[in-house]
Amino acid sequence: MITITKLNKSYKKNHVLRDIDLSLPQSGIVALLGPNGSGKTTLLKCFLGMVMADSGQIEFDGKSVIGQYAYRSKVSYLSQIARFPENLTARELISLMKEIKAGETREHTFIKIFNLEKELDKKMGSLSGGTRQKVNITLALMHDDPLIILDEPSTGLDPLSLQELKKFVLAEKDKGKLILITTHILSLAEDLADDILFLLEGDIYFNGSLHDLLKDQNEDNLERAIAQILRTTKEYANA
Amino acid sequence: MLKILKYSFYEMIRSRWVFIYTGFYLLATISLLLLSNDLSKVLISMTNITLILTPLIGILFGTIYYYNSKEFIQLLMAQALSRWSIFSGMYAGMVIALCMSVLLGIGLPFVFYGIFGSPDLHIFLLLITMGCVLSIIFSLIAFLIAMKYDDKVKGLSISIFVWLFFAIVYDGIFLLLLLGLKDYPLDKLTISMLVLNPIDLSRILILMKLDMSAMMGYTGAVLSKFLGRGTGMLVVSISLMIWMALPLWRLYKIGLKKDF
Repeated sequence: MITITKLNKSYKKNHVLRDIDLSLPQSGIVALLGPNGSGKTTLLKCFLGMVMADSGQIEFDGKSVIGQYAYRSKVSYLSQIARFPENLTARELISLMKEIKAGETREHTFIKIFNLEKELDKKMGSLSGGTRQKVNITLALMHDDPLIILDEPSTGLDPLSLQELKKFVLAEKDKGKLILITTHILSLAEDLADDILFLLEGDIYFNGSLHDLLKDQNEDNLERAIAQILRTTKEYANA
Repeated sequence: MLKILKYSFYEMIRSRWVFIYTGFYLLATISLLLLSNDLSKVLISMTNITLILTPLIGILFGTIYYYNSKEFIQLLMAQALSRWSIFSGMYAGMVIALCMSVLLGIGLPFVFYGIFGSPDLHIFLLLITMGCVLSIIFSLIAFLIAMKYDDKVKGLSISIFVWLFFAIVYDGIFLLLLLGLKDYPLDKLTISMLVLNPIDLSRILILMKLDMSAMMGYTGAVLSKFLGRGTGMLVVSISLMIWMALPLWRLYKIGLKKDF
């Protein structure tokens, strides 16, 4: 579904992505992991056209996405920071999204599972961080798209809502969609992901199934396996 | 673009600051109209207030609005929308709200006062138009500054400096130059310096219409003398249009390449 070849991106002197070559499957859940500043969000933003790559090619369904925007109608994207125009209400934002993107919507599912009904007519500026994130998720996922990208979806969510979100993501996977998740909560990645893509200083350090990663590192959970990788690379760098 | 414009406009007209801004114009215009019976004097006073205030509010609102909307722009960018439709929609929604403040705040009191039957009607219309033109120019400059500098404090400081430069410092430099070079013919320098400042352009345009030679100052006199009143006004109007078109073109160019 997504093919990336020789992708490079620098912010001034900081080389964030180095010659990334990547091919993602048609369906399944891929967790994009890596320490802070490893290039996770930049990689996603390059795909979405928010960040301009210095060189390289990105293809979606066999077509280049560089300089295009129509392909994004098939993508649901949840951004990391949930900040919205303060004087608009959630209901208005939902109708804006509906006006922008045609097709069936399922905002009612989220309004129900996140208990948002009472918050819909309040101004966004008066909502709490967690509620804003729930609105963010509603806006991002209300369309039924074949590709879902979630950047830190768990930020500010209470355990109950997080569970509902997990259930939703797994159900989407069963429909044959591709779901990309970045997160710092490794247990979330472990619960959901089929494949792990581990980025380290702009390079792909590991790309394979969760099972293989655990076997490679000789560990029985993801957190320890990732810690092991970081430790090894640190020792390697110091040597 | 129109969809984004609509919501950006909703957002603006519900902002407390837009209310305060409109309220200030209402209060100032009503007070001046009540204090003086001479309509053209009131128009001159309002010209002075408008020429200082619209650029300041335009540039401040523009910068703050852009910074506050950054995450929202990201959300829109993940949709199947072109970058230009996002930026132009956000910008247009904001600037229409600002222009409405000028139209309502200054316009309503004059309308109730009976400006439509007065011989000064054309000056009033020009004043309102210049208020809108300056709002458009300075909020565009604000968008450009905010897009260039990701750091809010830096962007806001530069915006305030730009306003200070055009509204106050520029005239000082202009005057010093004229004094320093008084032994040389200065008409070309005067006209080119005038063209480079949109606030001066607006002022001259209104004063030329007011037909008050004494108030036009040296610049106005040079403009009338060398270009004639008609051509002079044409040059000023075209310059103002370029002042709107150039930043808009830059916005398009920067918008194509900017990383979010």
